[in-house]
Formats: sequence, structure tokens, C-alpha cells
Amino acid sequence: MSTPLTIADVERIAALAHLELTEEEKHVFTKQLADILAYAEQLQAIDTAGVAATAHVNAHEAERDDELRPCLPVADALRNAPDGAPEAGLFRVPRVIG
Amino acid sequence: MSAPAAGIRAIAEDIASGRVSAVEMCRDALERIARVNPSLNAFNLIADERAIDRATTIDRLRASGGPLGPLAGVPIAVKDNMCVRGMRTTASSRILDTFVPPYDATTIAKLEHAGAVIVGKTNCDEFAMGSSNENSAYGPVRNPWASDRTPGGSSGGSAAAVAASCVSLALGSDTGGSIRQPASFCGVTGLKPTYGRVSRYGLLAFASSLDQIGPITRSVEDSAVALQAIAGPDAMDSTASREAVPDFLGALSGHARGIRIGVPRAFVSDGVDSSVLGAFDAALDVLRSTGATLLDIDLPHAKHAIPVYYLVCTAEASSNLARYDGVKYGYRSPEANRGLKAMYSKSRDEGFGPEVKRRIMLGTYVLSAGYYDAFYLKAQQVRTLLKQDYDRAFESVDLVAMPTSPTPPFRLGEKTDDPLQMYLADIFTVSVNLVGLPGISVPCGLVETPGPAGVARLPIGFQLVGKMFDEATVLRVADAFERTTDWSRQLPPS
Repeated sequence: MSTPLTIADVERIAALAHLELTEEEKHVFTKQLADILAYAEQLQAIDTAGVAATAHVNAHEAERDDELRPCLPVADALRNAPDGAPEAGLFRVPRVIG
Repeated sequence: MSAPAAGIRAIAEDIASGRVSAVEMCRDALERIARVNPSLNAFNLIADERAIDRATTIDRLRASGGPLGPLAGVPIAVKDNMCVRGMRTTASSRILDTFVPPYDATTIAKLEHAGAVIVGKTNCDEFAMGSSNENSAYGPVRNPWASDRTPGGSSGGSAAAVAASCVSLALGSDTGGSIRQPASFCGVTGLKPTYGRVSRYGLLAFASSLDQIGPITRSVEDSAVALQAIAGPDAMDSTASREAVPDFLGALSGHARGIRIGVPRAFVSDGVDSSVLGAFDAALDVLRSTGATLLDIDLPHAKHAIPVYYLVCTAEASSNLARYDGVKYGYRSPEANRGLKAMYSKSRDEGFGPEVKRRIMLGTYVLSAGYYDAFYLKAQQVRTLLKQDYDRAFESVDLVAMPTSPTPPFRLGEKTDDPLQMYLADIFTVSVNLVGLPGISVPCGLVETPGPAGVARLPIGFQLVGKMFDEATVLRVADAFERTTDWSRQLPPS
């Protein structure tokens, strides 16, 4: 699985991550991410057959009753929006459908 | 020693008894900050007016005989990745440059309820991603002990503020060592509580299975007082544990008799600076003199903790930081008129700094189709093996001792061109987060080195790691160590 990372890979990941990288960033990241992934290759030598994955270390049940509770007022939630429409209670975004 | 450098209990007692007013104490802290911050850059924001208002309220409450909390009138600082209602909170990122939170983090609400007075928000690596505080949109913090050195990171501003006697308590957050490593670099005490001991509500999320808020203080006693104030369950954070919160101050017995401390010798021997090893070995001798028994232990998977950590934390970060899209809060690119998708990607490219982008990219990659099993799943499996290592060790010991950082504080710019070298500096701290354990870094030495202004003394710290939810033993033994040595009472040149 040790395939070298290419600029095309970096462009594909940047698109997935919604990052519009500059040409220089693409080149720097290709090298740096390749270095980091090569270092992480050491994990492949560890025998993990049958080992469960640990996603978190929570020791208790995190469930609670599904009850209505007070939450942030809409006006407060909209206050930090770069383009809020408080009169409509909405966030405004550029046109999505042409 | 200036007043803000005194202990939390001494300050609170002085204010409660009327020997000094909360307003005087607050002005002292603000004057100290105004004097040292231009050279340190430890604060992103100094909250003069709000702090004096709060202190005035405390003084009025005292005058009217009202009940005073355990931190009444104590000036504190808060890492700039925790929400304080009405106080600009940036995570040292351009993307949140103008963000003013509409609510308080639970830790903030608890500390203010206890009477603490927030004097400012401290500089940090952007979104807590870094080990040197050089990834801040507002410039690096300088180490109070040597201006050419980093204060560590990501809570570099918090550690520098305590080291420079601006405040006796600064909150930090620790995802892979971000409280303990800067505490070590700045010669102060930093505690990462057990995962779940302290609510994360209102902490700007980086890696949710690892992030934990904790105190940076001068003394272990102050660390215990601060943890007491912020620990406990929270309806707003389902991962905040309902585990009973013991009396941490009462646990400080002054000795370590009956305590077994494990030392992972094989893990600690490789690639560690000789000054760090020397200080660590001397610290082990002190621990023995306070009554502890030392045992060799093996943590066979600890040497793989760096790749495990950087695969897990970047995967979680790529998901957490998807929320910064130029819609709900934060920065939106002025070139936002090319449609929704371009608005997202342009705003994110202009708003995030290089390290944050690098981690989002790495995390997106390891979660993407075809790579998930080889990287992310594999890392989670080795995380399990790491947990089993610690579980096995804790069958025969009560604590594990390790250096906090393999080197003394490094120079500004020394590792910025090579992210992997920067990551390797986290070797002794990241495994503790992956397993969820509580850990504390306490000062254990000063190494002399040539600096721009003659010979500088650089702090060295070591950490004690405990069982899940056993901060009491961690604090007890760290306190016994601190009482036997005077490293924590050393101050940087002013």
C-alpha cells in the first residue's frame, strides 16, 4: 500500500476537504504529507489481527432522555454570521442553483 | 514575588479577609501583563474593563457579607480556544478573528461562579494544533526564560503567563500534550485530567476523543484547587463523567509512602537529551526519598504512539473543522460570489493557517475510501494495544513516570520547516491522551545554555501519569515531589 503521494492525490483530498489550495501549497503538502505517511507506515508491521478498534475511552453510557431543553435564541445564533438575515432568521449564502 | 504570583488560596484568603481588595489584585495583574506582554505576546486579548467590573462585584459582595467562592477575586487567564460569552474568542485563527461567543464554556461558568476574575485570553497554536505556539495567526509566544526559545504548545500563552507571574492560574487544553509540554518548557505545573473529568462544552473542538481542559499553575496545590472547581458531570457534554469528584486538596499528604511508580526504561532511553535524562533520574531519586517504590515497566507499543496519535487526531480534526465554512460564523472570503462551493473552499483556504490545513488534509486522506482500513482503523487498533500496555502496567504500579518532552525548550523557527520533526517532540505526551489517563508535568530541573543575553536557564519537567480518574494520587505524589525540591519556586528573569 506504500504508493507515493502525487499532486493529483493532494488535489483530490483538497476537493474533499473544501480547501482551494494554491499551486505552492499543493507542492509543499505533497512532500510533507508523503513524509508523514511514510513515517506512519511503521504501524503496518504491528500484528493487529483480531484486535478491536478503540474510537474513544468513555467509560460510561452517554445516553440521556430525549427532552426539550432551552437552547440558544435564534438572534444570538445569527449574530456571528458573515451574512446573516436576522429578520428572516436565516443565514444567507451565495446562489446554489443557477 | 509579585502578588499575582502567590498561590490561589493565599490570594483568595487575602481578599476574603480584606487585606487586599479584588480590584487592587486585578490591577496588579493587569499592570504586570501590560509590562511583560509586549515582549512575550502571551495574550491575544486583555479584558481590562470586564475584569475590573468583575473584581468590583467581588469587593461589593464581600462588603455586604455575601458568600465568597473559593477563587473569589483570583485573577486568571483562559486559553483563547474556550468560549467566554461576549469576549472575542479566536483559537488564534484568522477564520475566527471576529468571533464573539454567545455562551460560556462550562469551565468558564464554573470558575466565574467560584469568583475567579478573567483578565485575558491567551495565545495558542491555531485550533490547538502545534507544539511550539508558532502556528498562531497572532504571532508566536516567547519563552519567559529565554526570548529565543518557544514556550511549547499549544497552550504556550497560558504557560508563559503563569511563568511570568501574570496570573497564578491559566486554563489550557491538552489533546496530545498541549498543557504538559508548555508547562515543562516554561517551568510551571500543568495537569491534564482524565478524559471525561472536565466538561469540554465551549471548548473549540480539535480532536473530540482526546481533548481535555486542565489547569496550568505554579504549584501542585493550585492545580488541585483549580481541578476541584472545574471537575464534574455536565448536561451539556455527554462525555463528561458522572464519576464522583474526590477532595483533591485533602489528598495532598506530603509524602508518597506506599506508592509504586513504574518507569518505562526502554521507552525513555531513546533519543532523549542528556540534560532531560539527568533531571529525570534525579527526580526519580527524590520520589524514592518521599517514600515511593520504583519499578521498571514495559510499554511495548508506546514507541508507536506518534503515528497513532497523528492519524487519529487529524481524522477527528478534519471532521470537527468542517463546521468552519463561512456561513454560520467566522471569516468569509470577499471572493464569495462564485457560488457556494467556491465560497466554502476559498474562505477555508484564506482563513486557516498552514498547519491546520495540513492536518485537515491528512485527516481527510486517512478517512477516504481505500485508506481508511490501512491508516485510521489500524491506528485505532494500535490504540487498543497501547491501552492494554497501560492496563497491564497499572496492575503492578500506581503511577507511571516519564519525561514530559525529550528536549529542553527548542528555538523559535527550529522545527517549523519540518512538521514531522515537530510531531516527534510529542513522543512522551500523546500516549496519555490516546488512553485517556490523567497526567501532570512538574518542573524538575534547569539546564544552562548560551542565549542572546548571556547564559540562559531552560526549564525541564517530568510527568506523572495515573489510573483513570485517579488525579488524587497524581496530585499527591507531584505535591510531595514539589515540597522536597525548589524547582517550582524558581522564577524566570524579569
